[in-house]
Amino acid sequence: MGGVLFALVTVPLCTAVLIMLVPSRYPQLVRYVALVSAGIQFALSLIVFFAYEFQGGRGLRFGFRLDWLENVGFLGKNGISLHLAVDGIAAPLVLLTGLVIFAAVFVSWNISYRNKDFFVLLFLLVAGVFGVFESQDLFFLFFWYEVAVLPMYLLIAVWGASSNFGTFVRTKEYGAMKLVLYLVAGSVLIFIGIFATFVEADRGTFDLPVLGQVQYDSGFQKAVFPFYMIGFGVLAGMWPFHTWSPDGHVAAPTGVSMLHAGVLMKLGAFGILRVGMTLLPEGAEFWAPVLMTLGVIGALYGAISALAQTDLKYMVGYSSVSHMGFVLMGLATMNDIGVSGAVLQMFAHGAMTALMFANVGALYDQAHTRDMTTFGGIAKKMPRHSAFWAIAGLSSLGLPGLAGFIAEFHIFVGTFRAGYYWAGAAGILAAAITATYILRMLARAYFGPLNEKWESLREMRLGEQFAGALLIAFLLFMGLWPTPFIDRISDTVANIPGITS
Amino acid sequence: MPDANFDWKLLTPEYILVAWAGLLIMLDLFWPAGGFGRWGRLDKELLGYIAAAGALISVLVSLIWVDNDTNFAGLIDINDYTTLFRVFFGLIGVFACLASARYVKERLLHAGEYYAFILLAVVGANGMAAASELLTAYISLELLSFSLYVLTAYAKFDLRSNEGGLKYMLLGAFSSALLLYGIGMIYGTTGSTHYSEIGKALSTDTGGIDEALFLGLALIMAGLGFKVAAVPFHMWTPDAYEGAPLPVTALISAISKSGGFALFLKLFAEAFEPKIDDWRYFIAGLSVATMVLGNLVAIQQSNIKRLLAYSSIGQVGYLLMGIAALSPESGSALVLHMMGYVVTNLAAFVCVIIYYNWTGKEEIKDFAGLRDTAPFLALSLSIALFSLAGMPLFAGFATKFILFQAAADQDLLWLAGVAVTMSFVSLYYYLVIIKEMFLGKAEAPLSVRVPWVEYGALALLVAGVLFIGLYPAPLLDWVDGSTADVFAGVGRAAVAGQ
Repeated sequence: MGGVLFALVTVPLCTAVLIMLVPSRYPQLVRYVALVSAGIQFALSLIVFFAYEFQGGRGLRFGFRLDWLENVGFLGKNGISLHLAVDGIAAPLVLLTGLVIFAAVFVSWNISYRNKDFFVLLFLLVAGVFGVFESQDLFFLFFWYEVAVLPMYLLIAVWGASSNFGTFVRTKEYGAMKLVLYLVAGSVLIFIGIFATFVEADRGTFDLPVLGQVQYDSGFQKAVFPFYMIGFGVLAGMWPFHTWSPDGHVAAPTGVSMLHAGVLMKLGAFGILRVGMTLLPEGAEFWAPVLMTLGVIGALYGAISALAQTDLKYMVGYSSVSHMGFVLMGLATMNDIGVSGAVLQMFAHGAMTALMFANVGALYDQAHTRDMTTFGGIAKKMPRHSAFWAIAGLSSLGLPGLAGFIAEFHIFVGTFRAGYYWAGAAGILAAAITATYILRMLARAYFGPLNEKWESLREMRLGEQFAGALLIAFLLFMGLWPTPFIDRISDTVANIPGITS
Repeated sequence: MPDANFDWKLLTPEYILVAWAGLLIMLDLFWPAGGFGRWGRLDKELLGYIAAAGALISVLVSLIWVDNDTNFAGLIDINDYTTLFRVFFGLIGVFACLASARYVKERLLHAGEYYAFILLAVVGANGMAAASELLTAYISLELLSFSLYVLTAYAKFDLRSNEGGLKYMLLGAFSSALLLYGIGMIYGTTGSTHYSEIGKALSTDTGGIDEALFLGLALIMAGLGFKVAAVPFHMWTPDAYEGAPLPVTALISAISKSGGFALFLKLFAEAFEPKIDDWRYFIAGLSVATMVLGNLVAIQQSNIKRLLAYSSIGQVGYLLMGIAALSPESGSALVLHMMGYVVTNLAAFVCVIIYYNWTGKEEIKDFAGLRDTAPFLALSLSIALFSLAGMPLFAGFATKFILFQAAADQDLLWLAGVAVTMSFVSLYYYLVIIKEMFLGKAEAPLSVRVPWVEYGALALLVAGVLFIGLYPAPLLDWVDGSTADVFAGVGRAAVAGQ
């Protein structure tokens, strides 16, 4: 079964090469190749998720190893190998990636400007994301992380859109450069952490399971954990390093925003968990209050900022910051309920925010504005679109029966159990603010009397509807029957060192 | 002292190169303008391909001439290390000749001498890797440098070329004087110019460091620093790069740096290793200054040659880490990164050369819209630039990672941290070029036929970048086995020290 994981990184890479070879006079062929490939990836990720056997305690599933460098220089046995495997944390995130890329291809169907380049870069990005979630080797984890960063500048700068706020303009080049520089700056810290960890462990290998068995010196753990926490935290949209996220996501084209906010930000939180907390549990325990504080500030700050936005996409962008704050809070609890909640929230937020960005994109394609104050009553013209918005919004504010509730509930229980009463209270306040800005946006833009200016709006395209329905199906799945997720996640989380029950 | 026997056959690849250089001059000089009857005119472009063939033959010969032998009065070692670099320098020569062919035909005079100098530069570089004695190393270095001085000033009617060549030569001559003075000091304190003898003398010297020895070391570091363009001895680089004809710039960036480091590594590993604690922080300081200045100044360049010049200074900073962290691991990491860098840089330069042959333009803004006018060129240049910035899938990521980790392993984590930070800075200015290519609008649509040789050479280099990036194991194994030769004495010295 290890071949499945290998296929998940090679299929997107091969698709990128294949699309490159398609002559650019056949744009339709490019789209079908992309669709078939994304379908295959979705199917494979479903296999990974459902075939994952959670019983039988800890352990990695679908192991796959390809030697890359060994017994040379400072590297010993298995020095650097393409070691792929998933555990209960990675399996749902692999599924999320497959889901979002499949939806994103439908949403990006109408891109006609250099659509070949677009899909090449998009699949490069996806290969990187799958790689990070599956890697059990520190070198390759980072390799794939940078593969995911590599195509971002062009994806945003070429196909993105600038925002004009009257008094000032946020150009797409600005958003793209800011996003890339922030992420690479974060990776500088991760790099240093990796070098230090390798030297300290002195095992001559970057293999994560081997590095995980090493008992690191307590002072070392406390010194190095912040490198991982902040380095990966930048990507996770951790306050105060979150500013790339709204600007970058707003500038990006719809399909890319879906992947960025839906999956890419999860790489950051996943990295903190997989590398930081797993390798350095004492360091994590020492820094947990800081992580908790930053998470709470992010959750509140993101929510309040979202409240102040009139631009729909900026609102979604800040809501991502807020929800990623919840994820960081969950990680900082260091107990199994909270950390499971963080992973659940990663999945829930990924599907939900992808749906939101798809909706914003569908509206913007027709209306060419995202200013919610200029709309009004457009639910009459776009009933399904509005229903999608409502479901995404309700999941976001934590309505029972949808995915967001399950995740946030776990996080808040975990927070209180860990003794952070103030943080739990502040988090619930942030969730309440979320309800405010979501409901206000729905009331202002979608319901009420129709603004005549928007008589000409039509329902979204069938492809977009399908993508939306698919994402909603998973939001409902997790909201109504969370057991498959919780089983897989909590089984693995309980075995992470330093996690209390 | 090894006995003074000369096994002349050891230098066969070099004889071939020198003979070929003479042949090229003769061909250019005596081939009648009208040709001999059915043997037509000698195309200037053809001379480039003949020169490339010569370099290739020397590569093949050096491969079959693997002969562990020092039987040349102890002046040179012919071992795996030498073979590795002979192959490497020979291939640089091949690509430099191929990239020059059209440029020289259209823009320069005296093609025969031009290619002869490229081959002589390769001979010099080979000598630097082979030398096991300071004066031999010095003479080889001068052979390389003089060839490059002349080539830099080769565009006779271009003032920038003359200025660059003059500056390069004056500063180079000055640095040679420093180097020679340093060699004198070392000879004075250790009583030998042979690396192994110096190493022995230094490892038995357990007292404090001698002032004359320290001065000698500092002068040698300064002299070699000039040659590889380490800050603060880098002043000639931007002007020489900008002034030199483009293919020569490519050659300087590749061969003067890699030749310099071949010598640097061997000299420091075999001779000065016992005194590592006295000089490593000096080198680490040079490394920090070099990578910081190179990368920061590169940000504000608008000419692509100057930008690549400063970026190459930054790369020298990374390479110096390998010397500061001197160990068998860092030695092989250094050589691996150098190879990755040279292949990548040559790919970038071949792109720029092809573009310059079309348009005669070399400002960054002139690359606007290259995605539309020449997709393959834009793709190749993007790959090369991303690789220089150290992004994965391409050579830069793997080689930099290994080099930085090797430095971190020798208690130089802070230096690795600085290097990663500077590598992050470098991404910015590479992205600026990529932005021009993909977002800018071309002034006028271009469509000029590019000879398949140029695209073929470029495709080979890009394939090399991808190969090193995706599967460096074969290359690293080879490099690791070869650099073990220069570190063979280190183990002995350490054992003797215990």
